[in-house]
Order: sequence, then C-alpha cells, then structure tokens
Amino acid sequence: MRDYSADFAVPLLDPGAAVPPGVVGGTRRFGVYRNNVVVGLVEALADAYPIVRTLVGEEFFRAAARLFVLDNPPKSPVMLDYGVGFAEFLEDFEPAERLTYLADVARIERAALDAYHAADAEPLAIATLAAIDPDRLEAVRLVPHPAARVLATRHGAAAVWRAHTDPGSAGPVRAEGDADLVIVRPDADVAAHVLPAGALILFAMLAEGNTLGMAAAAADEVAGFDLQAALVALFAAGAFAAIAET
Amino acid sequence: MPSLKTPLSAALIAAAVVGAAAATIPSAHAAEKEKCFGIALSGQNDCAAGPGTTCAGTSTRDYQGNAWKLVPAGTCTTIELPEGRMGSLEPLTRDLPG
Repeated sequence: MRDYSADFAVPLLDPGAAVPPGVVGGTRRFGVYRNNVVVGLVEALADAYPIVRTLVGEEFFRAAARLFVLDNPPKSPVMLDYGVGFAEFLEDFEPAERLTYLADVARIERAALDAYHAADAEPLAIATLAAIDPDRLEAVRLVPHPAARVLATRHGAAAVWRAHTDPGSAGPVRAEGDADLVIVRPDADVAAHVLPAGALILFAMLAEGNTLGMAAAAADEVAGFDLQAALVALFAAGAFAAIAET
Repeated sequence: MPSLKTPLSAALIAAAVVGAAAATIPSAHAAEKEKCFGIALSGQNDCAAGPGTTCAGTSTRDYQGNAWKLVPAGTCTTIELPEGRMGSLEPLTRDLPG
C-alpha cells in the first residue's frame, strides 16, 4: 500500500517520470490528473499570498508558484499549512531579484495567515504583571499569545504590506527601511505593529521560556533598547497570554 | 541564542514594568465586543475556532443568518441592513445558502 502511494505520488510532480503502474488510460489521462494537482497547489499559494500575487502580477505569480510546487510536495494533508518556505524560495528566485522586499512581504503574509488561524486567547494586561511583587519580576516567565509572532523585515516590506492591507493608506510607498514587527490577533482581526529597538529579541527570548530578567539582558545588547518602551509596545499589541506558573 | 548573561537588576526591571503599566492604555478587546449574526457580507464573516479549524470567510451569501462578525458591544441589534434586516445576537434563519 505504502509503495503504491509512493509510486503514484512521485510522478505527479515530476512530468519526466513514468506513469505509475496500474494506471488505466496511459500518459494522457494521468497528465490531466497531474495538471490538476499542480493547479490546485498553485491555487493554495495564490490564496495564501494575495499581496505577493498583486505585487508581481497573476502571470508571474503562477509561473513562480508552479516552480515552487514542483519542488515542494505538500507535507501535510492540511492545505492551510501549504506554502511554508515560499518566502525563502522567492528570496533566491532570480527573476524577482529586483523586488528586494518581496520575500519579506511573503513572510509577513505567512505570519498573518498563521496568526489568523491560531487559537483564541485573551491578551495579558500589563497591569497583571505590574501587580506582581517587584522582587519576583525578573524571574517571571510569560506565555506568548498563540497568535503572536515577531518578524524582522527589510527593504520597506512592512510599508509595502501595510499599503496593501490598510485601505486608508494612500500615496506612494517608500520601499526602503527595516522594521521589526509583531503580528497579533487579539480578537478576530490580524494586526501588525512596528516594534522599538530590541523588543523583537525580548519577545523571542520570552517565547522560548526565558525569564524576564534573561530576556531583558539579551535585548539590552541591541543599541537603543529601552525595556519600558519594549514592554509598552508588546503589551499594547497583546503579544502575551499569561504569566507562566513557576 | 546569546549566552545567558547576568540578569538586569531587579529594581530596573520593576521600574520598567510599573512605568510600562502606567503608559499602556488598555485597548478594546473581546470583552467589549459581541458576536453579531446576519450582518456579514458574503465571505467576510469572522471565526476563529482554534488551530486547524476555520470557518472565517466561509459564508456564501450577504447577511447570511448563521454567520457572525465581531462588532463593538451593544451595537449589534442596532445595525440596520438593506430591506429591513437587523443584526442579531442569536443565529437567524434568514438568508441561509442553498
């Protein structure tokens, strides 16, 4: 059984491979099925990366997505997860070389999609943290909100992404500049907020289970880091869900 | 990750947390929102039922009675829609697909 599904799956994404044994109707019929599989996966990518699609145009997107699909068969039956790695693919995709922001826009779209489908949770209020005995604060560990993700973006990708998601923003976009983002979904809507210096490291360290003291020390390596500003930005965004039990 | 350094002083961390708490304005979260049925345009309904599941964006008709959207609390039943429809806190049987 296992061998048969492998025999069947491999030629699906490799037009050069022989038609699997036992297929009735020969190359032509299998070719139709093969095409449907590829088109379906390209469609899944098109749904997951609408802004990338808008930026490069339908034809370019489909051509690029097709190449990605042929090299990246789905690893899970859940189509929601399909397309992880598409940003990295775009990064090395020569025809898109001039669109320096494209890969990072794809990363933001991916993070926003994952945040959208993450579990619900009530964001932790900073007041709850502030109510803890001050002497215990440095040893506190925080549970990140299930939807929260941080992302370092370059080449103005954050501005390009925002221009395509916020109907209120108009005018030319400057495709330059770096921005650390936190992607959250406190209620039903995904939002991205720009983070101050070092806040990304602070969140990442906390998300890995480090204490507030350890995370703050690591973030302190970043020039311009201000713990209070970083906490304000992360808590205002709703990046945490709870204080971990110690 | 960088090597684990000496934590910042407890006093400094405490000051930052208290300062941050004072500077953070509580934002409107789920507590001040309510599910409102029958108001979402086709494909624009909300839903977040947990990992691996979704029903967001699955409504197929405008103002579909069993599809909901989050709105500010207290406003749902005052939402007026075309042809005399109103928003509802309970699922409705109007405008169902099929």
